[in-house]
Amino acid sequence: MPEPQVNLTIDGVPVNVPPDTLLIEAAKRAGVLVPHYCYHPGLPVAGVCRMCLVEVEKAPKLQIACATPVTEGMVVRTQSASARDARRGVLELLLINHPLDCPICDQAGECELQDFVFQEGRPGTRYAEFAKRFNPVEDFGPDVLYVPNRCILCTRCVRFMEDVAQEPVLNVSERGDRAYIGIHAEGRLDHPWAGNVVDLCPVGSLISKDFLHKARAWELDKTASICTGCSQGCNVTLDVRDNVVVRVRPRPNLDVNRYFICDHGRAHYRWLNRGDRLEAPLVRQPGGGGGGGGGGGHRAVDWDEALERARGILRGAAGRAVALVSPGASTEALFLARRALARFDWTGAFQLVIGDEAPLPGVPNLALRPERASNVTGAELVGYTRDYGAALEAAAGAAVVLVLDDPSAVVRTAGEVIYVGTVAPPTWEGGEPAVVLPIANVAEEEGTFVNRDGRVQRYLQAKPAPGMARPAWWVLGELGESGERPTSAADAFDRLAAAVEAFDGLSHADLGLLGRPLARRPAAAVPA
Amino acid sequence: MGVPHPPHARETVVLSQYFGDAEARTYKGWVKRGGYEALRKALALSPTAVTEEVKASGLRGRGGAGFPTGLKWSFMPKEKQKPHYLCVNADESEPGTFKDREIMRWTPHALLEGTAIAAHAIQAEVAYIYIRGEFTEPLAIMERALAEAEAANALGRLKVVLHRGAGAYICGEETALMNSIEGKRGNPRIRPPFPAAVGLFGMPTTINNVETLTAVPHIITRGAAWYKSLCLSNPKSTGTKLFSVCGHVQRPGTYEVTMGFPLKDLLSELCGGMHPGRTLKAVIPGGSSVPILNRDEVERCLLDYEGCVEVGTMLGSGGVIVFDDSADMVYQIMRLARFYAHESCAQCTQCREGTAWTTKILERILAGQGKPSDLDLLLDLADNMTGKTICVLSDSCAAPVVSGIKKFRDEFDAYLTGKKRPEAA
Repeated sequence: MPEPQVNLTIDGVPVNVPPDTLLIEAAKRAGVLVPHYCYHPGLPVAGVCRMCLVEVEKAPKLQIACATPVTEGMVVRTQSASARDARRGVLELLLINHPLDCPICDQAGECELQDFVFQEGRPGTRYAEFAKRFNPVEDFGPDVLYVPNRCILCTRCVRFMEDVAQEPVLNVSERGDRAYIGIHAEGRLDHPWAGNVVDLCPVGSLISKDFLHKARAWELDKTASICTGCSQGCNVTLDVRDNVVVRVRPRPNLDVNRYFICDHGRAHYRWLNRGDRLEAPLVRQPGGGGGGGGGGGHRAVDWDEALERARGILRGAAGRAVALVSPGASTEALFLARRALARFDWTGAFQLVIGDEAPLPGVPNLALRPERASNVTGAELVGYTRDYGAALEAAAGAAVVLVLDDPSAVVRTAGEVIYVGTVAPPTWEGGEPAVVLPIANVAEEEGTFVNRDGRVQRYLQAKPAPGMARPAWWVLGELGESGERPTSAADAFDRLAAAVEAFDGLSHADLGLLGRPLARRPAAAVPA
Repeated sequence: MGVPHPPHARETVVLSQYFGDAEARTYKGWVKRGGYEALRKALALSPTAVTEEVKASGLRGRGGAGFPTGLKWSFMPKEKQKPHYLCVNADESEPGTFKDREIMRWTPHALLEGTAIAAHAIQAEVAYIYIRGEFTEPLAIMERALAEAEAANALGRLKVVLHRGAGAYICGEETALMNSIEGKRGNPRIRPPFPAAVGLFGMPTTINNVETLTAVPHIITRGAAWYKSLCLSNPKSTGTKLFSVCGHVQRPGTYEVTMGFPLKDLLSELCGGMHPGRTLKAVIPGGSSVPILNRDEVERCLLDYEGCVEVGTMLGSGGVIVFDDSADMVYQIMRLARFYAHESCAQCTQCREGTAWTTKILERILAGQGKPSDLDLLLDLADNMTGKTICVLSDSCAAPVVSGIKKFRDEFDAYLTGKKRPEAA
């Protein structure tokens, strides 16, 4: 039976929401954004900024939308004269001690103070003759600076550290207009999830050292992606300026990471901008030899020639094939890499870096996971194992070894090596591959990962791939039979879903930007 | 601190009967004066019966808001499923108010007895008495009295905890007080939930003022009808009220009169009137947070909840601040604003920034640098600071500013036009 709903009207728009919904959330359903600062759906309600004051019919005073639950028949006006006056008053008061240093502020362009003042603030100040409050910039933690002059005391950061990170190192110090965000005398803002305070800060008061002065907000192209830092699969946005990823921020997904990402994931983006990329398909020159090390070197060729060479190797060989893959490759690439070797006696494995787990205590089932790769579950569902040592042994006697973006692999084989990757290893220690096929990295292609809980999630292309590098799904798809080559990332996924049982019932069109759980959770990913 | 004045003939001495009587401070002395009889009587009644008696008496909160006490008690859950707490607000910090201090100094057992009766009525097993940090003498007296009462097992199963504040005005706000007891920053909480549902430590809690609870034993002993009969004006305001009068009167002090007593008589008769050669200019009748009255309004004001509203102010805490013609109202209002700016907890934007800005403008006017537009700006700010925040500290800062500009505009204009020169520092 569906839950009984509450009916109310917000700015003339009737909405229908579950009981206990807060007015500010109900307003979103009516297409109304009530301006606010202290409210954040991922934090406990504080009700302190008083910005979200709205008129509620029959209420004697204006009500704060962030702390007022809906009631049946409520009539709410966010644009009444009294509500607008109240909000204009709050904005004026927030600005009297605000430095208005927007031209040098990192937040400019994505600043909620800027936005709402522009939307409904006063055109001028009435505070002109008085000095503004001044406090020096403070170094709060490894990646966080506090600029108290810009602070509007919304306390989102304090509440995040207290209730979500549950490491209460921040507080409001002092009282009245002398108040500022204080840090514990012996504390540092170095919790593994502390960087979220920068995203939560509605103004440019808590800023990231990493992002400092890197770009203006309006220069950034934003693309939905998935964090590659671990197997949690946090939804992120890649901020790209001039084809360089300059920032990773959380993208809300209530089923995975809510509104947060960890500092490890936040910092884990520089590899996306690596300059030492494979940019052209390479084929080994005559004189080189498989399995012997050294050789005649590689020659850059066009895709047709490179693919023809690779297909030729696959057609000409028989017996055992080994795939050494990255657990950070897309599920489609992993699937197509296996399919390309379908005629062989196949072994596939990946290496996995294991680190420490770092949970975010205030959110259930959210942590930086020990498995520091984004698609461990996807790889396992497709058939790859963690038994990398056995695969290396098998490679010695294999006819073909396919390496997928695993530059640390040292392959010694009697057979031929096809190397598909974003970067080459420093030296071809085990022997020069017959073919080297350059692929796009996660920021340069579209694909899916399966997180540890069996959720299939898409990432989108944020910037172009360098040179002739192509998406992994395309490259590996081209190694297959002519009738089986996918024409798009979506097509690649649907072929995977049709072929691999665990993906039954999923289609690319249904994944959306928040992903879908597999019908059956992968046994390997479910903690005992 | 001194010894109180002997009662004036027109005072109705109920709570203040033993003010100045050092023996009444001791447990034995209090029992000799009939103390703890009311508690024994109350404990023989059901909690509901006690609540009903207090309801019938018409007793209303003496801390400032004037909420009916029995009604407040009746909001507590009848079926007790969690611990219930009683908080006693002894954080008397309202400028101009010093009545609870006198109660605790002279009749600590009266407060303990009232506390125990209230705790019985709301089924609380623990009562926290939150005493203002600066009240060192009352605290010592309360500690001694509590030790004596515990030794004599006078409070039954009730555990009373004396909690000393640390000097923040805002901790007198009921939910900030609860945060403070919990060891948190003294910030007022948003309501709902109200304390009767989610209060101290998240449990159902009732919070009452010292004077309110001290009146309760008298209601139990002498009956609701007697208490209700103490009324000179509006029947909605019953009993007696302590007024602490300070400022430009000949005999400042704490006076107890029946509700509805004329303010002018309190000042001219009980307090001995103005100093020789001086005339009355203004009165803030209910602690610094209520609108200022001018002379005409003082003449008409009857001291009860409704009487004060009638002349545009509030009874508040009963802290009567008197100004004679020597007072500079602009300066006085600036001092009040500066107090609120200092004490704002910094949560709500209007209060944090508004109180400080208001103070700066008033200081500017006093320095002879005011602008003609400043009064409109002050009024606009005050409007912005009223009715929009979690608690009423912001409103309290605005009230004297608005009423001051309205009633003493000529004094502001004198500074703004240069007719009055700022005093040399």
